[in-house]
Amino acid sequence: MMDAVAPASDTRPDLAAIAADASGERAVGRPTVYVYEAPVRICHWVNAFSIIILMVTGYLIGTPLPTVEGEASANFVMGYIRFAHFAAGQVLAVFFFARILWAFVGNHHSRQIFYLPVHRRQFWKEVLHEIRWYAFLEREPKMYVGHNPLAQTAMFTGFTLFVAFMIVTGFALYSEGAGIDSWQHKLFGWVFAIWPNSQDVHTWHHLGMWALVVFVMVHIYAAVREDIMSRQSIISSMISGERQFRD
Amino acid sequence: MGAATETFYSVIRRQGITRRSFHKFCSLTATSLGLGPLAASRIANALETKPRVPVIWMHGLECTCCSESFIRSAHPLVKDAVLSMISLDYDDTIMAAAGHQAEAILDETRAKHKGQYILAVEGNPPLNEGGMFCIDGGKPFVEKLKMMAEDAMAIIAWGACASWGCVQAAKPNPTQATPIDKVITNKPIIKVPGCPPIAEVMTGVVTFITTFGKLPELDRQGRPKMFYSQRIHDKCYRRPHFDAGQFVEEWDDEAARKGYCLYKMGCKGPTTYNACSTVRWNGGVSFPIQSGHGCIGCSEDGFWDKGSFYDRLTNIKQFGIEKNADQIGMVAAGAVGAAVAAHAAVTAVKRLATKREDADHNS
Repeated sequence: MMDAVAPASDTRPDLAAIAADASGERAVGRPTVYVYEAPVRICHWVNAFSIIILMVTGYLIGTPLPTVEGEASANFVMGYIRFAHFAAGQVLAVFFFARILWAFVGNHHSRQIFYLPVHRRQFWKEVLHEIRWYAFLEREPKMYVGHNPLAQTAMFTGFTLFVAFMIVTGFALYSEGAGIDSWQHKLFGWVFAIWPNSQDVHTWHHLGMWALVVFVMVHIYAAVREDIMSRQSIISSMISGERQFRD
Repeated sequence: MGAATETFYSVIRRQGITRRSFHKFCSLTATSLGLGPLAASRIANALETKPRVPVIWMHGLECTCCSESFIRSAHPLVKDAVLSMISLDYDDTIMAAAGHQAEAILDETRAKHKGQYILAVEGNPPLNEGGMFCIDGGKPFVEKLKMMAEDAMAIIAWGACASWGCVQAAKPNPTQATPIDKVITNKPIIKVPGCPPIAEVMTGVVTFITTFGKLPELDRQGRPKMFYSQRIHDKCYRRPHFDAGQFVEEWDDEAARKGYCLYKMGCKGPTTYNACSTVRWNGGVSFPIQSGHGCIGCSEDGFWDKGSFYDRLTNIKQFGIEKNADQIGMVAAGAVGAAVAAHAAVTAVKRLATKREDADHNS
């Protein structure tokens, strides 16, 4: 948190020296920090692909494809779509759970998306700074090793809360087919105490999908933009785990 | 009316039913309740030894469709249920007594069978204006309901009205029609929702209570598990077409003639808990989906306020417009997409401008 990195002048590579040194012996690497540990990166990409599959199949469950021809026994279109949805949903749930466990074991950055330090004034000041940066009111963004405070807020609500909501409502809906004796119903049946008509749960699950669509759009845009604009690596960091500062 | 010490068996034999037919009935009931092979003899034994349970059947704000359904029960026949299984001491719609004579039975039952009788309620009490929208015997129905609930063993909430509120509770609910469990909170309440509930489900619940002397196992929402633990969709005979991806797209298309799944026509089977697809209606003749019309979800809470019966998705009114989740989602995603594009464009322009500035500065 709050580890805004001041662009330290002593780590700034001496461009003239590097240029003069043809053999590259003095080529000082750009400062890099190991941010995202392997489990974090694996969870990120598994969750990303699961969510894409879930969105496509989920939409097709709500709005099915045109009718297929032939005997019912020869086709299983909805069956396969629903299978893919349930499978991807359970993969997402497992990796989301694993990601929570890793927050206890992993480094400081692995915990960032699970809380918001709303009680700290510094946090809000930096959120405001980030908002001003996105509103083109700041010339230079601050640099952070992990998420910036605005990104942390977006990750916490847009990913952690929304996905948790989708997992809970998803398992509750799944329990309708699995039956009231299933573990899914025992664990998640309380959702129907909040919304007695499961049609409402369907509606909320549907709205949750669109909320995640919006999150994904903003997430990808922000990652690409910051990668270009904020003089630090973003996209490749989620592959290599290292954040490079380009100054 | 005071012959509540009579056992079921003696009533049954008095009506000229042979012992053989009596056992047939017991086996049939055991089978229709999904009980094990020993249950038939237990039912027979119970009917031979137990006194009939007094039932008070009251009508609040309702349309009597529950009674209409009830009197069409085939297994068991309603005549058996009313004349032999229970002691239906009061039902203002079908009883011979009227006026003070009828109302006297309520006091008599309360005094004589305190804590022993079942209170079956069809419809619900409107609470607005002190309950004046439903006057029964010169008093607001809600007062009568509270009075009779006081000494009842349990309450059966017949139908969507008593269970959830139903159409008279539809927004803006001017009479403030309120389901039974929101008015009576200190008694066990069995919800038997549906508009109306299936006849055999109604008599099945009555049979269970009179047979075992206890209430059936209820689910989280107070419905008997034996009839309401599965969705219409789970046991629908058109389910294979759903899994295959074969849907009716128009009411008069080829798929409708072939009997494909009605999901796209707004069938609420996937969200409706009831026994229609197994027990069916009118003695097992048919049920809505079999007749080519989707389920409207009449046994679900709030089914009357969820938009069209012919749409898959619920209308969401909280936004002040009647749109469903997809329409709202697409607008939101579109707006955010446009915002992102605009933001990217501004970013690019700014970046170019800054670069040019830097270049000018350096030269």
